[in-house]
Amino acid sequence: MESEARSPLQHKTRDRVLTLLSVGALFAFLWYADHHFSPYSIRILNNIAIFIILAVSYNLINGVTGQFSLEPNAFVAVGAYTSALLTLSPEEKIRSFIIEPIVWPLSEISVSFPVSLLCAGLLTALMALLMSIPVFRVRGDYLAIVTLGFGEVIQVVANNLVSITNGPLGLKGLHPHTTLWWSWGFCVLTVFSVVRLVRSSYGRAMQAVREDETAAQAMGINAFRTKTLAFTFSAFFEGVAGGLLAHLITTISPSLFTFFLTFHLLIIIVVGGLGSTTGVVVAAALFTWGGEFLRIVEEPTTIFGYYYEGIPGMRMVILSLLLIVVMLFARRGLMGGKEFSWQALIDWTGRLIALAKRCV
Amino acid sequence: MDISFATQQLVFGFTLGCFYGLIAIGYTMVYGVLRLINFAHGDLLMVSAYFAFFGIIIFELPWQISFLLAVALTGVLGILIDRGAYRPLRHSPRISALITAIGISFLLENLALVIVGGRPKSFPLPSLFGGVIKIAGVTIPVLSVWVFFITALLLAAVMYIVRRTRVGMAMRALSLDMETVGLMGVDANRVISFTFVLGSVLAAAGGMMWSMKYPAVEPFMGVLPGLKAFVAAVLGGIGNVAGAALGGFILGVAEILIVAVKPEWSGYRDAIAFCILIVILLTRPRGIMGEELPD
Repeated sequence: MESEARSPLQHKTRDRVLTLLSVGALFAFLWYADHHFSPYSIRILNNIAIFIILAVSYNLINGVTGQFSLEPNAFVAVGAYTSALLTLSPEEKIRSFIIEPIVWPLSEISVSFPVSLLCAGLLTALMALLMSIPVFRVRGDYLAIVTLGFGEVIQVVANNLVSITNGPLGLKGLHPHTTLWWSWGFCVLTVFSVVRLVRSSYGRAMQAVREDETAAQAMGINAFRTKTLAFTFSAFFEGVAGGLLAHLITTISPSLFTFFLTFHLLIIIVVGGLGSTTGVVVAAALFTWGGEFLRIVEEPTTIFGYYYEGIPGMRMVILSLLLIVVMLFARRGLMGGKEFSWQALIDWTGRLIALAKRCV
Repeated sequence: MDISFATQQLVFGFTLGCFYGLIAIGYTMVYGVLRLINFAHGDLLMVSAYFAFFGIIIFELPWQISFLLAVALTGVLGILIDRGAYRPLRHSPRISALITAIGISFLLENLALVIVGGRPKSFPLPSLFGGVIKIAGVTIPVLSVWVFFITALLLAAVMYIVRRTRVGMAMRALSLDMETVGLMGVDANRVISFTFVLGSVLAAAGGMMWSMKYPAVEPFMGVLPGLKAFVAAVLGGIGNVAGAALGGFILGVAEILIVAVKPEWSGYRDAIAFCILIVILLTRPRGIMGEELPD
């Protein structure tokens, strides 16, 4: 009863305070994890953050704007290579490039990690911008093929442009710059920016384009510009996530950025509920954590006394079946396009407490 | 570059072009009717190759019978995919069907991986298709001649069906307006099933030809040909059957000739199709023979 009496402005302040407090709690947890957790758990935490960044930004173009694209593996590759090439010192580059020496300007440049992440994001965003000009001239379906093709081309280029990418050997010995602070810092920044964008008038335009492009244009929305904005924006964060990933695993090669990565993200955003940032965050965390779990089906184990040999490839069969089943029977996903809000949580807790009281 | 070398490369380019054309025809037909990029098209190619492979090697059938069986089974699989995965989504947003198509594509690839393993298996080459013909210093594989004739035959058959038969008329009508066609008393689902059968049969024909040319079958063999065939279909004008064949020809010849002229670019061969796609989208999005794209 009391909450209804308050003005919307007070709600806004309350929500802000609660958000700040929970972000603070998250970082307190990270501080604790940083000091007490095993390297394996920290690695998983880092992975979760990176996958949240990737999934949330991928969801912006696929879920919120409704333009089906298949680019994350390509953009992550661009971001990873860019930031890796920028942070390696000139001596390290000379040592790694054994087939062909690295081209001139890159051989001299060496910048700090944050600058390299920024460059990775900007370069990826630029590529997205250039790509959207041919792609959005025609209907959205072509985006899928062009981005899929772009992923193949990135593989081809990474394998063949030896004087920049070191070819199939990849780049080794990157510094493990990606700490919990960097990954979760960018994760919070990404979620915050995407949520703000979706709630802004630009975000509403994106949703309008998703629901009915013709009607949106009739209302004066420039569909081309809206799609381009969503695509470029999501590309920026995918590039940054690529840089974070590169400095987490410290070795990158072309085979790391295959279509499997995109497929994984596709399942995450579908299960989370296309268009729902909250659902996607939850799904990304669940999948990254549970993905380790699913490895069991591919390894020999003994379940209830039965020896099970483990079938390689079974994990992907399960995941693709899951994708199809969710699309056919539960298209709304975990959150069904709804978003988290403090008000909903408070109402829900209130109902839960009332229920508990009645039971007692 | 002398004449015989150039002719030789043209022969290779033509052969590759026939392959792309053959696969692109099926792609473009399904897209034309449903406005759905059937990502699983390339994987049907792989499945049909495995069917034929098992027919010959495991069940020791004569190749003619196992090829026919493979075509029939792939056709049935095409219907099943449409019934199970695409039909329930006919009236939902286009993005749902696209995602499901990706899921089907991955399911087929990984099921193949689980069932038969990832090691490439060598595909038996019936003696009818083996050997080469030599004319004035130019070597023409017999298989190329067959591929050319089979592509031409299937193209003619598909064009006849689309332009001259009742079901073809229904297909063309469906591509314009699905709801109105339903009101006219046409069973849209049956026509779409028929389209899928036709598309799958074309993919099967392409798959067996492809695996005789690169005599190996593996679970991911359909991905790249499928992607390139789609580019060929866009190049020719999506939805246009003859255009798809033409686009396939152009793409095949371009790939071979560019590598022949600049051998140091051979590593980038798979990127050529992509560059062509970007250029078409920038200059003439409806392709060479396509009409204005309805939205």
